[in-house]
Amino acid sequence: MSELERLTARLAAVLPPGAVITDPVRLRTYECDGLTHHRATPGVVVLPDGAEQVAAVVRLCGEHGVPFVARGSGTGLSGGALPRTDGVLIVTSRMRRIVEIDIPNRRAVVEPGVTNLAITEAVRDQGYYYAPDPSSQQVCSIGGNVAENSGGAHCLKYGFTVNHVLAAEIVTPDGDIVELSAMDAGYDLLGAFIGSEGTLGIATKITVRLSRAPEAVTTLLAAFTSIEAGGHAVSAIIAAGVVPAAIEMMDALAIEAAEAAVHCSYPAGAGAVLVVELDGPHAEVEHQFAAVERICRDSGAFEIRVAASAAERAAIWKGRKSAFAAVGRISPAYIVQDGVVPRTALPRVLAGIDRLQEEFGIRVANVFHAGDGNLHPLVLFDDSVPGEAERAEIVSGRILDLCIEHGGSITGEHGVGVDKARYMPRMFTGDDLDTMQLVRCAFDPRGLANPGKVFPTPRLCGEVPGVRKGAHPLVEAGLAEQF
Amino acid sequence: MSERDVGDALEATGVAVRAAGDEDEVAGVRPRWVALPESAEEIAAVMRVCAAHDLAAVATGGGTKLHWGAPPRRCDVLVDLCCLNRVVEHAAGDLVVRAQAGVTVEALARALAEGGQELALDVPVPGTTVGGLLATGIAGPRRFRHGTVRDLLIGVTVVLADGTIAKSGGKVVKNVAGYDLGKLFTGSYGTLGIIADATFRLHPLPAARAWVTATVERPVTETYGTWTNEDGLTFETLTTDLDGSLATMVPAVTESPLEPSAMEVDWPDVSGRCTVAVLVEGAAAAERAKALCGLMGETAEVAEEPPPWWGRLPEHGGTGNTGGGEILLEVRNMPCRLADGFLGLFEAVREAGVRAAMRGSLASHVFHVALPPDTDPALVAGFTSQLRAGVGEEARVVVLAVPPEAGRRLDRWGHVGALRLMHRVKERFDPDRRLSPGRFPGGI
Repeated sequence: MSELERLTARLAAVLPPGAVITDPVRLRTYECDGLTHHRATPGVVVLPDGAEQVAAVVRLCGEHGVPFVARGSGTGLSGGALPRTDGVLIVTSRMRRIVEIDIPNRRAVVEPGVTNLAITEAVRDQGYYYAPDPSSQQVCSIGGNVAENSGGAHCLKYGFTVNHVLAAEIVTPDGDIVELSAMDAGYDLLGAFIGSEGTLGIATKITVRLSRAPEAVTTLLAAFTSIEAGGHAVSAIIAAGVVPAAIEMMDALAIEAAEAAVHCSYPAGAGAVLVVELDGPHAEVEHQFAAVERICRDSGAFEIRVAASAAERAAIWKGRKSAFAAVGRISPAYIVQDGVVPRTALPRVLAGIDRLQEEFGIRVANVFHAGDGNLHPLVLFDDSVPGEAERAEIVSGRILDLCIEHGGSITGEHGVGVDKARYMPRMFTGDDLDTMQLVRCAFDPRGLANPGKVFPTPRLCGEVPGVRKGAHPLVEAGLAEQF
Repeated sequence: MSERDVGDALEATGVAVRAAGDEDEVAGVRPRWVALPESAEEIAAVMRVCAAHDLAAVATGGGTKLHWGAPPRRCDVLVDLCCLNRVVEHAAGDLVVRAQAGVTVEALARALAEGGQELALDVPVPGTTVGGLLATGIAGPRRFRHGTVRDLLIGVTVVLADGTIAKSGGKVVKNVAGYDLGKLFTGSYGTLGIIADATFRLHPLPAARAWVTATVERPVTETYGTWTNEDGLTFETLTTDLDGSLATMVPAVTESPLEPSAMEVDWPDVSGRCTVAVLVEGAAAAERAKALCGLMGETAEVAEEPPPWWGRLPEHGGTGNTGGGEILLEVRNMPCRLADGFLGLFEAVREAGVRAAMRGSLASHVFHVALPPDTDPALVAGFTSQLRAGVGEEARVVVLAVPPEAGRRLDRWGHVGALRLMHRVKERFDPDRRLSPGRFPGGI
């Protein structure tokens, strides 16, 4: 009998009926997250309802030395919720209560399975909203947002999940329930926990900041003949001291895909479209809008549309928000990349991507959060053509190299997960990674929380604390295994 | 090993080292040497000597808050980062800046202003360096709009106790690769490592700024009455209330669609009047400020300049914000617990029999309270307990600065929920407890 089987036999005692899934067919439902080319059938799936139950499962994992992975809605794009065949998948879908809405204190307390948009929907009538807005906000869970430090189109002005979470109740990898609060003195463990991709524990209750809905919102779509002209407009907007809520750009191929999928009716013949959203007090938005419109015209925009209503705003956003799925209309398969470059390096990086397309005969559609240099190149390929998937994979990796060369990052919002762990050493030195590992060892010395994610070759946390160099002696001797 | 051998080992690093004097004391503890490294590599060299000889090290920048936090249990080497004073890169087009730890916030602001940009913080202690700003996590009025330094930090280079140089984050704002060590080091009071440089996201300098100020004559009103118990005995009672205009003004302003960047209060003596000031930034600032006037009562007026106390910590007796005698507390609470904050302070002052000045953010509900430096240590401790009781369980009262004698009598940090995890983090980063030992909650 394996440790996993022994553990599974004990799960029923700590969970309500129906909360333990062992049926192989049902287990397969959970074999991947939004990054579908990584798949693994979980050893067992549990559906706890509440922090105590999560803690009980995690403690059992500790007793049996079995790894565990947390999963929210499974929309992640880096394989962060990829299960372990030898482990427990802890799914938070039963923890969907909005515990408290406290408008006077501008906060809401929610369970991790609550969707991002549900928070906004609960407070919209009162003139508030939850600011981070990942494209998957209708379905993605707030617990997943905390794990990934999710951003969204509007994070240019409003920041990321970490800037909007005030406290979190977590279950540590030891199975303790601990409150991390921005109010407390001491280390900012809340800040370190958010974005740790499930490797430091599982959030079971999250206190988020609610933001006041802006008085005015103006959305503008500008069409340019080339991506260079659009890029010039972005730089000029930033240089003019305007901080829009969002600046998004799509290239011709991405526009073609969006047209095919959702008929967004973007201006014909556009080499690039720019979506700029301004929000704030009326007087300020008016002023900034005039500046942005002028800059777009000066940069060569041949058509500018301004949304006059919520419906028109939604129409402008429709093309952008559907872009990832839309490329399915023009290509049998694709890889979504998530690199970041300093905004001023955008033209050089885009030129580099063009060269890669030519060199490898692979098409790349570009969709990006231009304001903060976050690229989402969609690398298109036909998996029925021998060798094309491999070439697409190489192009995808080379794009990340370009980002790193230009001082950027391998991920702006999708996370490292299992997908990019191998790229971490390109961005960080061994000392950098070992230092991050100290945090991991403090929270999870046995490496049971989401092992194999984020870090390429996690080290064992030895009894002697401190930075370890090279392979662990026990591993070298074949006496231990690294999770 | 003799004192001389250790001194020689420090000298051998090539880093400038001098013997410490009285002026180098850290919260009353005098180090033996002061090292003046000029780069992350030189900090690392000093740390390796400290590791080899079991020397405890404390980092300092401008020295303006070196007396904050508990006194170190030991301190052999003061690592003075004043020579790491370069603004390494201001990429104006990318709205980011990388600066070494010893750069003062004033020097940084000057460099950034040339490009029409700023680090959108109002650091309330003049002379604070980038490293000191991060180590203490201190923030000012615009925390309401832009958050604190942890929200603007995007990359950091640190030197660990064993001399390892590590970085996290980078120079792009949007970046989720790896753990965010910058968050962990922010507010860590030098107990995890020494910050060598930091990269921040910037904001364009606002096109215009305007302030609205108003005065409230008696923020806390007292009402005498009587109360008769079941046995017919009559007692005199005294009830305190938050002034009604203040209670309505604060949410009206902070929740206004006019989007003020900050709302502050200055209450120099809790038996007297307070001044409220609101900052509006950006396009049409004057127009928006004028509209806010209407929410702030009859005394409200628009000003082009901030009031003199704006963005500074409260002080007493003209000692300024530095010096060993400073007694400074920070109160953090939920925004709508405004009355608890004012009444809690008012009553703690009365019960403890001290004088107190209060200043801080009405919008974020973070206040600083200063007592006169000569306040009796027992009264300081009594006041701290009274204040904690008065502001309520959900609030946090942290004693930022207090003379050693009073410090021994009180709990500086208040409730810290995740203390056990914090100990474990410290244990991993600094297993031999050589970095600012004892300065942090739980004796970390």
